[in-house]
Amino acid sequence: MAAVTPDQLHDHHHGPTGLMRWITTTNHKDIGTMYLIFAFVMFLSGGVLALTIRAELFQPGLQIVQPEFFNQLTTMHGLVMIFGAIMPAFVGFANWQIPLMIGASDMAFARMNNWSFWLLPPAAILLIGSFFVPGGATAAGWTMYAPLSVQMGIGQDMAIFAVHIMGVSSIMGAINIVVTVLNMRAPGMKLMKMPLFCWAWLITAYLLIAVMPVLAGAVTMVLTDRHFGTSFFNAAGGGDPVMYQHIFWFFGHPEVYIMILPAFGIISHIIPTFARKPLFGYASMVYALAAIAILSFSVWAHHMFTTGMPAVGQLFFMYATMLIAVPTGVKVFNWTATMWRGSMSFEPPMLWAVGFILVFTIGGFTGLIVAVAPIDIQVQDTYYVVAHFHYVLVAGSLFALFGGAYYWLPKWTGHMPDERLGKIHFWCSMVFFNIAFFPMHFLGLAGMPRRIPDYALQFADFNMLATIGAFGFGLSQLIFIVVAVKCVRGGAKASARAWEGADGLEWTVPSPAPYHTFEEAPVVR
Amino acid sequence: MSMIATENRRLLLRLAVAAVVMFGFGFLLVPFYEKICEVAGVNNLLRPDRVANSQVDASRTITVQFDANTHDLPWRFRPLQAAVKVHPGELVTIAYEVSNIRDEPITGQAVPSYGPQRAGKFFRKLDCFCFTQQTLQAGEKRTMPVAFVVDAELPAEITTITLSYTFFEIAGRRVVGAPGGGAAS
Repeated sequence: MAAVTPDQLHDHHHGPTGLMRWITTTNHKDIGTMYLIFAFVMFLSGGVLALTIRAELFQPGLQIVQPEFFNQLTTMHGLVMIFGAIMPAFVGFANWQIPLMIGASDMAFARMNNWSFWLLPPAAILLIGSFFVPGGATAAGWTMYAPLSVQMGIGQDMAIFAVHIMGVSSIMGAINIVVTVLNMRAPGMKLMKMPLFCWAWLITAYLLIAVMPVLAGAVTMVLTDRHFGTSFFNAAGGGDPVMYQHIFWFFGHPEVYIMILPAFGIISHIIPTFARKPLFGYASMVYALAAIAILSFSVWAHHMFTTGMPAVGQLFFMYATMLIAVPTGVKVFNWTATMWRGSMSFEPPMLWAVGFILVFTIGGFTGLIVAVAPIDIQVQDTYYVVAHFHYVLVAGSLFALFGGAYYWLPKWTGHMPDERLGKIHFWCSMVFFNIAFFPMHFLGLAGMPRRIPDYALQFADFNMLATIGAFGFGLSQLIFIVVAVKCVRGGAKASARAWEGADGLEWTVPSPAPYHTFEEAPVVR
Repeated sequence: MSMIATENRRLLLRLAVAAVVMFGFGFLLVPFYEKICEVAGVNNLLRPDRVANSQVDASRTITVQFDANTHDLPWRFRPLQAAVKVHPGELVTIAYEVSNIRDEPITGQAVPSYGPQRAGKFFRKLDCFCFTQQTLQAGEKRTMPVAFVVDAELPAEITTITLSYTFFEIAGRRVVGAPGGGAAS
């Protein structure tokens, strides 16, 4: 399959050079790279916010920041990490990998692709810049619950506009991905032969198109409540703040799957490669992805068990939520079955992937626990919830992102990433992650509330431990910068296949992937 | 190739329409939510309650206290009586007085709340000025009744209920400086 024509080997592009090259580029690889760099910069910014939070929580009492600013930190940490780091990072992977995986020459709408990226930096500036306006950034929580978000200062308006812009960007990116995956596949690549990463992203893109506009609607309502005299969420005008939570979580729960399904896709490539076995249960993986996506629309109110829902409602959302554990369990079992009796080796991508399965599963189990309405009412808004969603978002999405980065870096740069540093990066992250977040389960069960800058004395030891872990985890991520820079600069030459067990169209083009690939569509048998 | 381009554009259009429709759907959730609340009988703060059992339980006496607040509203608002003693099941009518001390007409909405909170669902208001918005002309003074029944199902340990109203200004309000807009009340 896929012959590389001689002119593809000419690894040069045409058009502007220097900065203008990056601003005007419509090449999916350039745009993917920009997405990934943007996401990593935002990841570090969000990390600085997180470490400031942890520094304040190192000891009881107020040492470093004022409570008002602490609230801004928790809010912005959430917004920056979700909309600035995790989501753009996955879009970056999609840009790089989807055309390579399905044998397309580029994304379907290359110009729109450029726009969807370049919307992000202004949004990020708006978001981060809100720290410097009177009143500071929004402190209403990343969920921007009314009535708090209706009362905040100008920082809230900036956050709302940033969310609008980022929403438009992700919708454009999602439309691009759906069209590319549905229409641009190489001849012979049937949907059920498609790499799982593409499947995961196809489903994720549909989720994005379905729910990002709902978030845009919700924050627009907050905006008009703030400035144009409407009262969607204002009880005095006949509105209802609880309604905000319903609309928000109608977006918010599919959103958490938007952040994890592409991770599932990445893991489904790494595990077979390093177990040197085809993925176990391909079809069931696809159906599981679809099932998770569909179910995600019927569970949103499990974030709201304490709002005084009727018991019938609580039961419905509780059971629907627990149902999601079934397709998720299918995925975890399939990965495990793929490894079973495989000829495994543990290069950095595989370490991240296996680490992902372990730690994500812990997060999944705590998810099941908080799905139980009576328990959730106990642990609502405590550190137990913080522990839970960091286990699925950091050890889930982020670990998969790093695994994917180590896995495809040879294809992107033409050099193998430094294996020793990659392993150190993984083990430091894994150990420090657990030191940082595992104690939070105990803190939450003991009743420590989240988003509060001070705490009772009995929580001091675990908080100190968590802060040490957080700083260790944060600093460990700097190793990745070294790995990435070294890998771009040089290192062991990567062959086209790079990893012995790797399979798929992207491994048929040379490493680094030429600027233009698959001008002639390859034929998949 | 151009076949694919047309095909792509068609799909793009459909997905874009889907995104716009979902934006509208977000707003559609508002009436949908209100309908659900109405059908499920939750959140009916601003509608008259029904009384199932009008049997008066003369053996118990409940003290009902009245409280009045305004939120950023230049109105004078007070209950005409501080408290009344009632028997569960007995229909009682009390009154509040409100006057607009500004030189312009203002529309307000009163929102009730109860202390203790769980007494709320046993406190049945048959008539209340809070069921509608109240527009007061400049300088107008108005006496407004509340007719209520305390349900006989009220838990035995509750002997005092506080009914508290807060008047909020609505629609066409002057926009108070957004930052910290909810300062004084």
